[in-house]
Amino acid sequence: MNLVIREALLAFRRAPLLSALSVTTIAFSLFVIGLFGLVAVNLQGALRGVAERVEIVAYLLPGTPIETRTIAEKDIEAFPEVQSATYVSEDSALARAHAELIEFRDVLQELERNPLPPSIEVKLKPTFRDAEHVNDVADRLRGFGFVDDVRFGRDWVDKLDRLRQIAAAVGLVVGAAFAVVAIIIIGTTIRMAVLQRSREIAIMRLVGATDGFIRRPFLLQGAIKGMLGGLVAIALSFGAYTLINRLLIQAAFFSREQAIAIVGFGTLIGLCGSAASVGRHLRRV
Amino acid sequence: MIKFTSVFKAFQKGGLALKDVSFHIAKGEFVFLTGHSGAGKSTVLKLIYADEPVTSGEVRVSGFNLAELRPRDVPMLRRRLGIVFQDFRLLEDRPAEENVAFALEVTGARRASIPARVMRVLTQVGLAAKAQAFPRELSGGEQQRVAIARALVNEPTVLLADEPTGNLDERATRGVFQLLRDINASGTAVLMATHDLDLVRQAPYRVIELQEGALVYDSQVDEPRDKAATP
Repeated sequence: MNLVIREALLAFRRAPLLSALSVTTIAFSLFVIGLFGLVAVNLQGALRGVAERVEIVAYLLPGTPIETRTIAEKDIEAFPEVQSATYVSEDSALARAHAELIEFRDVLQELERNPLPPSIEVKLKPTFRDAEHVNDVADRLRGFGFVDDVRFGRDWVDKLDRLRQIAAAVGLVVGAAFAVVAIIIIGTTIRMAVLQRSREIAIMRLVGATDGFIRRPFLLQGAIKGMLGGLVAIALSFGAYTLINRLLIQAAFFSREQAIAIVGFGTLIGLCGSAASVGRHLRRV
Repeated sequence: MIKFTSVFKAFQKGGLALKDVSFHIAKGEFVFLTGHSGAGKSTVLKLIYADEPVTSGEVRVSGFNLAELRPRDVPMLRRRLGIVFQDFRLLEDRPAEENVAFALEVTGARRASIPARVMRVLTQVGLAAKAQAFPRELSGGEQQRVAIARALVNEPTVLLADEPTGNLDERATRGVFQLLRDINASGTAVLMATHDLDLVRQAPYRVIELQEGALVYDSQVDEPRDKAATP
């Protein structure tokens, strides 16, 4: 094992330029993936914030007995999709209108009778905040006899949903494309390293080295390059993040798990790229 | 030890590199393999160390039947052989002792045992004082001695040498040849491919001659033909 590590590290000293090139290409490939990841992380965060406010409001017929609506509240809360159902009385609706609709304060002041109906505000659990579930819950709410009308930002929910789907699809496609490019580049740089050492590999074989023995330092070398590339990519992403944060908008950075995943992904593609090139070389010679 | 029975070897592009070659080399023997360039000397050696497959016929080396050799057995076969080339094939980026140690390391030898074993073979080839020299700092003869030390360090039963003196001046040639004779005297079989007939005449060893892929003369079987030339 000692020898494997020594040989793998020796490769960096033997070919510093080629090693630097490998690490840099991996770093930049991962940086692009990372940048996209940052956008995704922030978009996801923003969408979650918006989605949190998705509410369905069921307006009740005036004069609905307290017992009925209490039972209804319980029933609605028991829906698997529902996070909370809150009763808003006529009075509190008016009080809220006073607080929120400042421009109309005078008009509201002069009202002789409260025109606002009581309502139940329904909030869905995070995983059910898409158009399909919102529609479904709204339909069920309409089924209650004492419900006059159900309102929700239907178009708005649909649009939000579509935006999220597009973001996810674009993320997947762009991310996959860059991952493929990164693997090809890594495979090529490792292949250059393998070719550079083909004489040595031939001699190793002559003196009775097994293919596994020959392969191991290259795999370790690939993994180390991938890992270094991943770390550099994280550093670059952090730089970009700091810049964006200072100049443009308040953004979020990767969580510790996401950062580890990026470094892990770098290590994995380093390993895969080198395994492919060394394997091909050993089969050919 | 090494046994060829009706061995044929076809070139990839057609034609035969070896035609019906049969011979047997016993333990501890010293054998010259002679013939013009292209006669098939290197091909014989390559078949022995399983660098190329036999087209037909049987090759047995040190207990292995090469026709039945699985790819993963090839390293095991090579660990029983020592191989020396005309162009030395040393790693330029490390000193003599590491070139030799390398052959032990790849076989998974115990690390603690390596330095002593390396020093012993370097002493045997007369290069103990230059253990730390890089190949470029050594003369051709010295480089070949390092290569021989590397071939010996795994204590092979056979040493294969493909034109080991081909790149050396006369003095270095004599030195390297004497070294191979000493190695043989201590019990290792040596199969040396060469076209240096002066060298062949100097020593009373068996000669196998190839001509266009066919074995045309084996001093063990055939009448001695150039007795007059032998001193």
